[in-house]
Amino acid sequence: MSSTLSACGAVLRRDLTLVWRRRGDAANPLLFALMVVALFPFALGPESAQLQRIAPGVVFVAVLLAGLLALDTLFRGDYEDGSLEQLVLSPHPLPLLLACKIAVHWLTTALPLILISPLLGEMLHITPEARWLLPLGLLLATPLLSLIGAVCVALTVGMHRAGMLLALLVLPLYVPALIFGAGACMAAQAGLPYLAPLLWLSAALVLALVLAPLACAAALRISLA
Amino acid sequence: MSDFLAMGGYAAYVWPSFAVFFIVLAFEALAPRAQRKRILASIRGRIRRERDRKPT
Amino acid sequence: MNTLALWFHRIGSPPTAYRLAGRITPWMYGIGAVLGAVALYGGLVLAPPDYQQGDAYRIIFIHVPSAWMSLFAYLFMAANAFVALVWRIKLSEILAMASAPIGAAFTLVTLVTGALWGKPMWGTWWTWDARLTSELVLLFLYLGVIGLYHAIDDRRQAARAAGFLALIGIVNLPIVHFSVNWWNTLHQGSTVRLLGPSKIDAAMAWPLLLMALATHLWFFGSVLARTRNGLLELDAGKEWVRSIALQGESAGGSA
Repeated sequence: MSSTLSACGAVLRRDLTLVWRRRGDAANPLLFALMVVALFPFALGPESAQLQRIAPGVVFVAVLLAGLLALDTLFRGDYEDGSLEQLVLSPHPLPLLLACKIAVHWLTTALPLILISPLLGEMLHITPEARWLLPLGLLLATPLLSLIGAVCVALTVGMHRAGMLLALLVLPLYVPALIFGAGACMAAQAGLPYLAPLLWLSAALVLALVLAPLACAAALRISLA
Repeated sequence: MSDFLAMGGYAAYVWPSFAVFFIVLAFEALAPRAQRKRILASIRGRIRRERDRKPT
Repeated sequence: MNTLALWFHRIGSPPTAYRLAGRITPWMYGIGAVLGAVALYGGLVLAPPDYQQGDAYRIIFIHVPSAWMSLFAYLFMAANAFVALVWRIKLSEILAMASAPIGAAFTLVTLVTGALWGKPMWGTWWTWDARLTSELVLLFLYLGVIGLYHAIDDRRQAARAAGFLALIGIVNLPIVHFSVNWWNTLHQGSTVRLLGPSKIDAAMAWPLLLMALATHLWFFGSVLARTRNGLLELDAGKEWVRSIALQGESAGGSA
């Protein structure tokens, strides 16, 4: 058991080190989300009432898309240098190791987005009630998106230009998380109760925490067979 | 007959619907045949290539 | 019981499955076409106009069977994918992948005929209620499975990966339906109400059910035809396939 723990620790340390070495890249999802949000006033006009109405939804979509772009980096580096195969072949439980990888990926791509989400909301004149619910909603939704996305990335690992295909696979699966997450924030903004969707989101997250690493491991075994 | 074709004034919606239905179902019947021809042709090509490859 | 098991194992062999499918397919198409024609006559000519919707309701005779088929095809695909992943049965892999394009086609018909029915009835081509949205997501799921299947070179690995995706999707579909339902109640959105025949007239019921049967038969005809092609591809190097290919060349036709 302790060797599995140290294996997990090793995976965590390795991934964090690798991200740290390319820490400049961590800014890319942030800039992308910022630009996406900025596009909306240009497209719809600067009238603040109109922007305010759509603010929580737009921020959620921007974070979702930024995360989608970043998904590719989850396994790509390890696939290319052969360490992914080593991971799959290791005697330690693969779902656990993958959970560690997904955790680091979420920490380095989604967490920064969550931290700037009030700023993104502010750009669209989001109401104060929703402005602080936004990070909470994203905190519940983004791990769910990372876990579901990881399963789909595992299915397309090694494909050269899987970008569009990955988006096609992942977006139908993202719909419920988006509905509940953004829905909670939109409800808060409208003065309606918002606890129920957050609870649903939490339930889905707990389920995904258990099941997604297993599914991801099965998917990887299929892809690398 | 013209009453039938007029479909109570909704002809513009009813007949295109049925047309879509027929076209798609016809496609579902014909597409496998085209696919089969393609597969058999490629297999024949493979056989020919293997036959023409002279043993050295 | 012994003969049943023997027969079951024999079907798993590609040449036997190929022959069996070849014999069944024309019957599926043929009977399906006849029943469909009878159903259409019943629906378009015999059934009276609806007291509310006039003659526009007749779209129901193709819209509802197509919707049923779009769901049935997915269940068929997922069931075969499950068998293929758990027991590694090649025939199931092929059956699963063969049903994907047919399911997508029926989903497309459902969405298009639904829009054509919705415009005169509700005044709008589209609305984001749970059923329509779920059907749209279903289309994306099909396209994803088909896309993934064609993106991987190794046919068996491709079938397994796409089959796995199909299984994930089957979990997702009820979740999407449920979440959109909640979302709709929250947003008090459209005043559009989904009409449905509460008590359907007998004269309308039998063409509907008959057309449902006809589309099922058509589905099986198409799935078996595509499965035959899949078997040819799978065993492309084997003798039984090669003899079929060469036979086609000399005979100048397709058997």
